[in-house]
Amino acid sequence: MVPKTKGMWLSVWLRLKSNSAAVVGLALVAFIMLMGLFAPIVAPMSPTTQILEYRNVPPGFSGHIIRFRYAPSLPEQVEAVSSLKRSGNKIEYTDLAGRKKTILNSQITFEDDVFFLLGADHFGRDIFSRLVYGARISLIVGFSASSISMLIGVFLGAWAGYREGFISKIIMRFTDIMFGFPTLLFLIGITAAFDPSLTVVFIAIGLVSWPGMCRLMRGQVLKIKEEQFVYAAQTLGYSTQRILWKHILPNCIAPILVTYTLGIAGAIMAEASLSFLGLGAQPPTPSWGSMINNGKDFMRIAPWISLSPGIAIAMTVMGFNFLGDGLRDALDPTMKE
Amino acid sequence: MVRYIIKRVWQSIPVILGVIIITFILMYIIPGDPVISMVGERFDEARIQELREDLHLNDPLWKQFTMYLSNVVRGDLGTSFITGRSVTSDLLQKFPNTALLAASAMFIAVLMGVSLGVISSLRPNSLLDRGLMVFALAGISTPVFWLGLMLAMFVGVYLQWLPPTGFGGIEYLILPAITLGVRSAAYLARITRASMLDVLNKDYIRTARSKRVPEWLVVMKHAFPNVLIPVITVIGTDFGSYLSGAVLTESIFGWPGIGRFALEAILKRDFPVIQGTVLFMALMFITANMLVDILYGVIDPRIRMESNGSEN
Repeated sequence: MVPKTKGMWLSVWLRLKSNSAAVVGLALVAFIMLMGLFAPIVAPMSPTTQILEYRNVPPGFSGHIIRFRYAPSLPEQVEAVSSLKRSGNKIEYTDLAGRKKTILNSQITFEDDVFFLLGADHFGRDIFSRLVYGARISLIVGFSASSISMLIGVFLGAWAGYREGFISKIIMRFTDIMFGFPTLLFLIGITAAFDPSLTVVFIAIGLVSWPGMCRLMRGQVLKIKEEQFVYAAQTLGYSTQRILWKHILPNCIAPILVTYTLGIAGAIMAEASLSFLGLGAQPPTPSWGSMINNGKDFMRIAPWISLSPGIAIAMTVMGFNFLGDGLRDALDPTMKE
Repeated sequence: MVRYIIKRVWQSIPVILGVIIITFILMYIIPGDPVISMVGERFDEARIQELREDLHLNDPLWKQFTMYLSNVVRGDLGTSFITGRSVTSDLLQKFPNTALLAASAMFIAVLMGVSLGVISSLRPNSLLDRGLMVFALAGISTPVFWLGLMLAMFVGVYLQWLPPTGFGGIEYLILPAITLGVRSAAYLARITRASMLDVLNKDYIRTARSKRVPEWLVVMKHAFPNVLIPVITVIGTDFGSYLSGAVLTESIFGWPGIGRFALEAILKRDFPVIQGTVLFMALMFITANMLVDILYGVIDPRIRMESNGSEN
């Protein structure tokens, strides 16, 4: 006979694979994760490199740049050139304003064509490169915030479900109260109170979004603790800790995993909203939300600055939502919204 | 029924009290002295001490809380540090704008969401159904602030069909209402479709069809009323959150509601306004949820029977 656990995960995978929406979700998530992981390879430029001559250039624009240092101790400079000619150890080039300049070959550190797939922003930074690096921010915040809320929610929910009593009542009332607060406003309040940073953002999101997990976990535990195997464990005199974490928790993995996945989507959206308001990642960090915010003032002349980060957020959130829904159906076909 | 309503109202009281406690504590957790943010750092120590006395900030915490509680119960949410105006009167002045926006957004959401959901459910897994559901998922996943910007840009600036931002007649209301409503519309479409599919497989629908009841009558009279409960759940919770201020939408479109009011207060660190608006919004949200629960009892008698019979 096939071991039970292996069989379960295999059948979950098979069910997930046969669900086309879940496969699309998984593909989207995998794509974004790979993009974030290999950002230095995927992105043609550094996300913070400014080529001021190429401010607000449209998608598909190609140009030519040189990077140089007048002396090893001086900072590297970037300049866009319209034409370039090498003669001996010198390079003569014309900048975008039509001025002819000369530089020593040894001073040049880099010379190449640049291609702005998605255009450039108001600092002449490549939007595509920023988008690629921005995936890291979204994923880091998504996973960390959802993990924090999972830890809090599972712990409190398990407690409240297993030990019905005064503390359990207090936990559930507190959960009700937390549900009563407008989440985004609560988040804005917390992040505005501290110096804005990504750490504050994901901790705040995690601290605010656990009540859903808590309610779910309590419901699960209330149901499972009536099962025969829990009575058996109690009869054997096992400690509450052991029963809760070794016997009950493994049976709650399915709904926890689903809520966790959907929580990532929620956290990514929350981070984007906060960064859009200037309360999340600070410049020049390439967060998708702050990229949309940056483009806001240039909507008339360069709408592409805000366009692609919005699509990136929607795609990522959609990916996690599809995956979460698919997991729900695959883990327990009887468990529906 | 009356018993059910009383019970439901009674249940919300501890939650409301909890919300008041948390908004009170919130001001103590937030770093920074409210008095300094009120007068600026240039004032001398004596003046700051005097203000602390005036605001009762030197009193013991429990005394401050009972005072805060009695003020809240009397509807006094304090005065703004910056404008010196009463927070309650500012909120009451801005609330109708928020309510108008919330109602319009919900109207659009119900109109779009429910009809798309019903249409989808009638031809399950058809191309139309799949297309509509992808559209719905896109609606759920799209950031509200981005959608708002794009609508303002393309409809407002490029096409010039509607004013991109501002406040005034109905033409100013349309874009923010769509922006705010799309997400709920998408949810509603999904929920309506799922519930309709569930109901359409029931025996009594087959009976109705076998009696040659016209299809539209089967759908509208026999199937549709059964999807009302999940639909109202979404309407209720979303409407509650709209009423508690659509911070992002109101900010993008320059809509003078309580969401924008709260955001401005937070950014300016106007403590009494933050405290007052958060409390007000939470109360709105709780009230909306309570009304939805009561409405459940009206629509589905089983719910109120169950609730009367059991604890919680």
